[in-house]
Amino acid sequence: MAPTEASERPSLERLLATREIMVACGPGGVGKTTTAAAAGVMAAVKHGGKVLVLTVDPARRLATALGLTGIGNKEHRVPDEAFAEAGLKSRGELWVAMLDTKQSWDDLIARHAPDEATRDEILANPLYQNISGRFIQSHDYIAMERLYEIHSEGRYDLIVVDTPPTRNALDFLDAPERMADFFSSRLLRWLIMPYRSRLVNVATKPFYQIADRILGTEFLGDISEFFILFQTMYDGFVERSRAVGRLLADRRTTFLVVSTLESVPLREAEFFAQELTSRHLHLGAMVMNKVLPEYLRGSEAADAAHTMAEQAGELGGLLSERMGPAHEPLRDSAQVTRVLKEISASFLNFQTVALREAEERDELSVAPEVMVSVPFFDTEIHDLGGLYRLGEQIWE
Amino acid sequence: MNDLLDKKLLFVTGKGGVGKTSVATSLAFLAASRGQRVLLCEVDGKGDVAGLLESPPTAFKEREVSPGLFAMTMDTEEAMKEYLRLNLRVPFAGRIGPVAKAFDFLASAAPGVREILVVGKLCYEVREAHYDLVVVDATASGHIVGLLAAPQAVNSLVKVGLIRNQTDWMLEMLTDPAQTGLVAVCTPEEMPVTETIELAGRVRNETTVNLASVVVNRVLPELFGTQEEEVFETLTRPDVAAELELLVGSDTAPVLEAARLAVTLRRTRSVHLDRLREAIDPSVPLLYLPYLFTRSHGLRTTRQTATSLGEELGY
Repeated sequence: MAPTEASERPSLERLLATREIMVACGPGGVGKTTTAAAAGVMAAVKHGGKVLVLTVDPARRLATALGLTGIGNKEHRVPDEAFAEAGLKSRGELWVAMLDTKQSWDDLIARHAPDEATRDEILANPLYQNISGRFIQSHDYIAMERLYEIHSEGRYDLIVVDTPPTRNALDFLDAPERMADFFSSRLLRWLIMPYRSRLVNVATKPFYQIADRILGTEFLGDISEFFILFQTMYDGFVERSRAVGRLLADRRTTFLVVSTLESVPLREAEFFAQELTSRHLHLGAMVMNKVLPEYLRGSEAADAAHTMAEQAGELGGLLSERMGPAHEPLRDSAQVTRVLKEISASFLNFQTVALREAEERDELSVAPEVMVSVPFFDTEIHDLGGLYRLGEQIWE
Repeated sequence: MNDLLDKKLLFVTGKGGVGKTSVATSLAFLAASRGQRVLLCEVDGKGDVAGLLESPPTAFKEREVSPGLFAMTMDTEEAMKEYLRLNLRVPFAGRIGPVAKAFDFLASAAPGVREILVVGKLCYEVREAHYDLVVVDATASGHIVGLLAAPQAVNSLVKVGLIRNQTDWMLEMLTDPAQTGLVAVCTPEEMPVTETIELAGRVRNETTVNLASVVVNRVLPELFGTQEEEVFETLTRPDVAAELELLVGSDTAPVLEAARLAVTLRRTRSVHLDRLREAIDPSVPLLYLPYLFTRSHGLRTTRQTATSLGEELGY
């Protein structure tokens, strides 16, 4: 049988060449942002076209790595010189943008508000300022909203987006639907009912009596005012939320679940992958970061480590005797023995972890199209070259 | 330094994946083992506390999971019901349901309602002196400021009423460093350290809560001193490595390779530790916990971590 062309095997390369949106998700602290950036760099360098990396909360270093002094809500192109400095030449254009939650909300209001006066009133409302700037759910919603916005403008061949750190990894998937639900809810209608009719409404009366006692009339008034303003944007918001939901489920979108092989994040990632599948979203790939090197798992090496630990005294003496004359640091046999003990114990320690991690990976109950393990990098990534090297590890 | 466990309310936070829940659980376990009556509350419940204590799943209603240690999971809807019951003496339990539901719904939109319920419930437990210490496995560092600042935010939005009075005493409790403290957990890696430094600044500027301690989790052991490192370097020379392999009788290269990895990791990480120490106010103690090379995480590792914490606190 003729060997299969690389492009015909499922790979991250093929996903990045065929999809228009790649959503990187997974538990916090596993290198999600870096992995998304590396995928974007690879796509731009190898496939060309216009690639956007939309990131939520990048390390400042990552911004520097991409040759940018500061990235904001605006999209910035990574300059060719930054590629040249890393010894790379990009076939395409790499663009980067960071999600500025507050700014994105303001833009959204400006788009949906019926007129300038309403827009300004909403923007100035203290409740709005609180919701847009501080509230967690609002990050989830706005990230997906902005993705939709950029995608529909059609300026990029590929958008790689990393999702905000959420309380629950699924929040961002539910965010559009929840936003739509919220705007069509009965509670909202209660809140914006004129105060008079509220009192005669039997169904809502107990609610308002309690609300008054807890929150005070003034605060309730603020809430009503805010929602009355917001209601003017109802149709736009609901329609938009549904469109965002449709885009995530579209064939053009694929999901990349990033994790490490540590138990807690891995369980979360597995749950997440299962959820994607059950919602009929496309689970394109799973990337396992910081995987300990394979040599730690060998049984012959374990034998060697055990022997070194058990016979450290004898081995130290012999090494010192035979190699000491040529190598000055080995002359103190007690010291050689100590080092042998240390390194064999250290090996066995790391082996425990490496074996456990391999076991956990093999036990995964989900089957993404592509499964990638990325070795532990000795150094942390802080330039384009580093991202490229990481990208090469996950490419095929 | 050992006044950490003398406080009444400890919020434990950290970037995802640094072992926040494990540190919170061990801290509570340590306090309980020293005879205190402790409540451990998991705020963004993923059920990890139960795993770390090998107990049945936790719920809103607290349960004694080991001597003196009570565990619960925060549930805002339940907290709301409890709040209404306690404050309004709503006569019919049946009437609370729909009202609480409506509030829960409001909580997902109105600023600070969810947060104030969480912090309110915890402060209430402290005020009622049900426990000597309440340890909170709080939200991750990205969201902790929103949680801790909520009483202040609500206090400034709501001018009168029950909530206003309640946020007044909550703020008093949260502001008092003798009663309340924040414990930030990180690992000696670039992003967690950077985030912890940023968090320390935001907590100072945007909340009234004091940073009580920074816990550095998963610190790798230092394999050798300078002289021993020289011995190790020599062992990796081709002629010496060959002799070692001959003497041992099986492949020793991976063992040397693994030691190299351990040394490199330790070295790259110590840079971040230095950065952390420099950036954090010297009055805030740093507590170091060793990396655990274990098969799994459960009661055994919780105990180990509690012991290490105890040593760091000078017990």
